[in-house]
Amino acid sequence: MAKQHITTTINGEEAEYLCEAQETLLDVLRDQVGLTGTKEGCSSGDCGACSVMLDGRLVCSCLVLGVEAEGKTVETIEGMADGEELHPLQQKFLEEAALQCGFCTPGVLVAAKALLDVNDDPTETEVRYWLAGNLCRCTGYDKIIRAVMDTAADLRGASA
Amino acid sequence: MSGMRYEAPGSVDEAVTLLADEKGVARVLAGGTDLLVQMRAGMISPDLVVDIKKIAETKGITANGGGFSIGASVSGAEMGEHAELTAAWPGVVEGAELIGSTQVQGRATMAGNLCNASPAADSVPALIAAGATCTVAGPNGQREVPVEDIPTGPGKTSLGNGEFVVDIKLPARPAHAGDAYLRMIPRTEMDIAIVGAGVNLVLDDSGTCTEACVVLGAVGPTTITVADAAAALVGSKVDEAALAAVSAAASAAASPINDKRGTVEYRTKVAGVLASRAAAIAADRARSK
Ligand SMILES: Cc1cc2nc3c(=O)[nH]c(=O)nc-3n(C[C@H](O)[C@H](O)[C@H](O)COP(=O)(O)OP(=O)(O)OC[C@H]3O[C@@H](n4cnc5c(N)ncnc54)[C@H](O)[C@@H]3O)c2cc1C
Ligand code: FES
Ligand code: FES
Repeated sequence: MAKQHITTTINGEEAEYLCEAQETLLDVLRDQVGLTGTKEGCSSGDCGACSVMLDGRLVCSCLVLGVEAEGKTVETIEGMADGEELHPLQQKFLEEAALQCGFCTPGVLVAAKALLDVNDDPTETEVRYWLAGNLCRCTGYDKIIRAVMDTAADLRGASA
Repeated sequence: MSGMRYEAPGSVDEAVTLLADEKGVARVLAGGTDLLVQMRAGMISPDLVVDIKKIAETKGITANGGGFSIGASVSGAEMGEHAELTAAWPGVVEGAELIGSTQVQGRATMAGNLCNASPAADSVPALIAAGATCTVAGPNGQREVPVEDIPTGPGKTSLGNGEFVVDIKLPARPAHAGDAYLRMIPRTEMDIAIVGAGVNLVLDDSGTCTEACVVLGAVGPTTITVADAAAALVGSKVDEAALAAVSAAASAAASPINDKRGTVEYRTKVAGVLASRAAAIAADRARSK
């Protein structure tokens, strides 16, 4: 089967790649497009390390076919910082040491940004449920949750 | 898996033709949250995957005549964002929203949940309790099928060659109607139900139950509709005595398996507890409308 030619928008820029029908968006991002910030933990939808935004929705890129991205917009961790300027969540994760090995971190950041984009005043319970699909083997989650809550508080303060 | 073809047709007819003409293994792709996992695990190797998400009839939620039509491409997240649907059918929406994480919610559909035919599918008991039907398109045209007729056993459906589900329809609601879905999982999030219970009921102006349907998931090879539990509700004020009878009937109807996630005794007991709690929630919702 010939590879399919896909045209899509990744982090605001038009991108093209060739992929086999059964290849996942995760594999395509990492192996064809060279964006290795998106991680593969389980490839079964359980860990959230592969989280990206697809047409504005948070999804596991391991559960999306590369061919499905045709004509859509994809946002990955690589698009989160504004040049050298880290996103407030990224900055806060560093300041509060909300990561250890960092493997889960890109997925957690993409997912947390998706939450704060729709709700800048989440309760701790809301943050915990929203991030329930992002597994972390290192931190025990508390620091992650606190960093997200603190970022939300900062963002509210800045816009007040 | 090499050589798999992917098609994303723009019409129901094209999708039916693609599915019907495929000599090898053809699979419909909706959210892919079951299909891609099964492909990855080597459980299936489709020769053709037909993505139905570009077909207009599978998109969006439309209100018609007091009821709703929910396209087969509509994700759980889209359902939760739909205020009218959530107000009319909170139990159906909570069943769909229990599926997986935020990430899974962005993709998973009720039609996929139904057609994957897991006995533990979270959106199915409330759909059956609601009296939902689905539109099945196939080589011989379209037919309306009660949702409970689709799954026939674990991983098996009644869909014929070339057939797929286009949408799921929920009927219009009378006054004082309410529904609810509860499940038991060993963790607090991201797990498979060991018991699920969906209840839909209607009260009259005096608060007496006039119609009820109680459906259990995950305690048999397919869902179990518990007629005795419904009979215990109808004619009652959904009071403690009626709820106790619902609980006893649900436990009696459950025929669960024993596995590491729950014993037969535990699942049987919990089936009764969840059915009566779901009935109480559905009745509270009905009283407030
Ligand atoms: C991490 C994770 C957690 C999960 N948690 C839950 C949970 O808590 N509860 C639960 O019930 N499920 C759960 N699931 C399973 C899955 O997400 C659901 O069953 C989901 O609703 C499937 O929908 P989908 O659109 O992704 O289906 P797909 O994967 O696209 O399809 C599923 C099956 O149905 C067929 N199909 C899909 N749409 C149609 C159609 N319109 N007509 C005919 N056939 C069709 C496909 O060919 C395939 O065989 C989970 C999955 C993951 C990965
Ligand atoms: S790699 Fe996609 S969820 Fe784990
Ligand atoms: S920091 Fe190591 S997995 Fe989360």
